[in-house]
Amino acid sequence: MPWFRKKLKGPVIQPPREVPDGLWAKCDKCGEIIYKRELARAFWVCPKCGSHFRIHSGQYIEILIDEGTFEEFDAEIGSVDPLSFVDSKPYPVRLKAAREKTKLNEAIICGIGNIDSISVSFAAMEFGFIGGSMGSALGEKVTRAVERALERRIPLVIVSASGGARMQESILSLMQMAKTGTALTRLHEAGLPYISVLTHPTTAGVMASYASLGDVIIAEPGALLGFAGPRVIQQTIGQELPEGFQSSEFFLDHGFVDLISPRNELKNNLSKLIRFMFESPK
Amino acid sequence: MSSQTYHLGFERPLIGLEQEIKDLEAKVASGETELLPAIKALKEELEKKRSEIFGNLSRWDRVQVARHPRRPYTLDYIERLMEDFIELHGDRGFRDDPAIVGGFARMGKHKVMVVGPQKGRDTKQNIMRNFGMMHPEGYRKALRLFRLAEKFHCPILIFIDTPGAYPGIQAEERGQAEAIARNIFEMGRIRVPIIISIIGEGASGGALGIGVGDVILMLENAWYSVISPEGCAAILWRDRAQAEKASEALKISAPDILELGMIDRIVPEPAGGAHSDPVAAEDMLGREIIKELDRLTLIDPDKLLKMRLKKYRSMGVFTEG
Ligand SMILES: [Zn+2]
Repeated sequence: MPWFRKKLKGPVIQPPREVPDGLWAKCDKCGEIIYKRELARAFWVCPKCGSHFRIHSGQYIEILIDEGTFEEFDAEIGSVDPLSFVDSKPYPVRLKAAREKTKLNEAIICGIGNIDSISVSFAAMEFGFIGGSMGSALGEKVTRAVERALERRIPLVIVSASGGARMQESILSLMQMAKTGTALTRLHEAGLPYISVLTHPTTAGVMASYASLGDVIIAEPGALLGFAGPRVIQQTIGQELPEGFQSSEFFLDHGFVDLISPRNELKNNLSKLIRFMFESPK
Repeated sequence: MSSQTYHLGFERPLIGLEQEIKDLEAKVASGETELLPAIKALKEELEKKRSEIFGNLSRWDRVQVARHPRRPYTLDYIERLMEDFIELHGDRGFRDDPAIVGGFARMGKHKVMVVGPQKGRDTKQNIMRNFGMMHPEGYRKALRLFRLAEKFHCPILIFIDTPGAYPGIQAEERGQAEAIARNIFEMGRIRVPIIISIIGEGASGGALGIGVGDVILMLENAWYSVISPEGCAAILWRDRAQAEKASEALKISAPDILELGMIDRIVPEPAGGAHSDPVAAEDMLGREIIKELDRLTLIDPDKLLKMRLKKYRSMGVFTEG
């Protein structure tokens, strides 16, 4: 803010800088303190700067699926530890902590629900569950979501948020890219629509498989997208990365995203696209 | 250090013996034929020692073997195993990516399309080849060649040896993730047999982007992983120097991958690794590839695709409640 404005306005009553309790949230981007109920009404988008707060998989269901129509599938599918993987802690300990934190069994919720009265196979990833990483369980759930769309001849919508493959499952996690990517060939050949929604962040193994394979790809504004992480690229090339590199807007400019949709328009855009691409038999 | 004199740490006990044999052979050449039995004994000792060392390699040792600068690369296999290779260039969209080579060739009675990343033998070549790390146009060139193969009914042979897809600004601008995803998808529906041979390094999505097929062979000392040991160490241990630990945790060697069911067969290497006898290594893999060509070309394309999809559908280990 320019200095003279400050002067003209006189003393300003500052909102609390610390977020005192569960009622207020602070925007990471502009620092604005926002009343949470107001934020929820605004789809968790900062009213001041438009920054999209990261939200949970369950919140995407609330925002995108017609109330009361969502039926979850495959909730019981979970990860195991086939490699007995231990880094700073054993993989089962990480899994347990993630389950407790997110109240989910895996980094994705899958099911059937309506978008503006059209039944779709819907999946939303949960970044809070080990960075939304893809292991065998997640790959299986995505594959079943594809198959559900195929069996019921309905569209598929996947909302992605992921740091990539789950290293703790090594080669098994890598192969989930092939498992999900090849499963989508059957959906494609059946002429059924698949819309991929990219949220902050969607990178690496998920971005290099099903997230990039939508008939239409929608990104939320300002999401970090890409194959390699910015830190890895910076270390490899030994120079600063350009402003806005690997953002949704960057990928729109370079032709890898069809449209950027603010969250409050996401359902409307999905509904329009699905209606256009898909009509149930009359 | 030239690659001719390059030795891995655990190969050191062999160097002295090799030198001793060489010295005695020089003496024999100048007339001291009474040394022949001594040479024979030393050679036996050398082979025994070699089998002992190479029979007990750790995962990290194998990573070193897979990266050996004298290990055979894609073009070496093509030269040894195939005839009439016609290299084809370019993705028809942006440029030719020299990190990957490919083209038509003949192998035995089969006409084939052969594709694979290519590493350089020296610094100059490696800069040109980008160390076998592809940009998106490399994956798109591969896909173009896969489609040509489909059109002309050639089975596809893929050799995999890459430290990964290149992480750079231009690679992102041109859609590295999309290029890999597209290849995985399209390789799921190409209507000719695809035979994959992992001959060296199989790093991450960079390898999988040319790695979906009907049969996956893996050389004894090759490695295949979701991330390089160094990359994993940097993330999980916050220290690239912990790569040895990461290679053990990731279980990246051929017997591990076979046990997890993610490859079909291990192809043995000569006793001292492929670099100790490249021609023998090339021939050993060649025999396996011919067997697969003979088998897969008899299968009806619809059935082949069904089997391929089923193969990938079943990959993974999880619990269902
Ligand atoms: Zn803000």
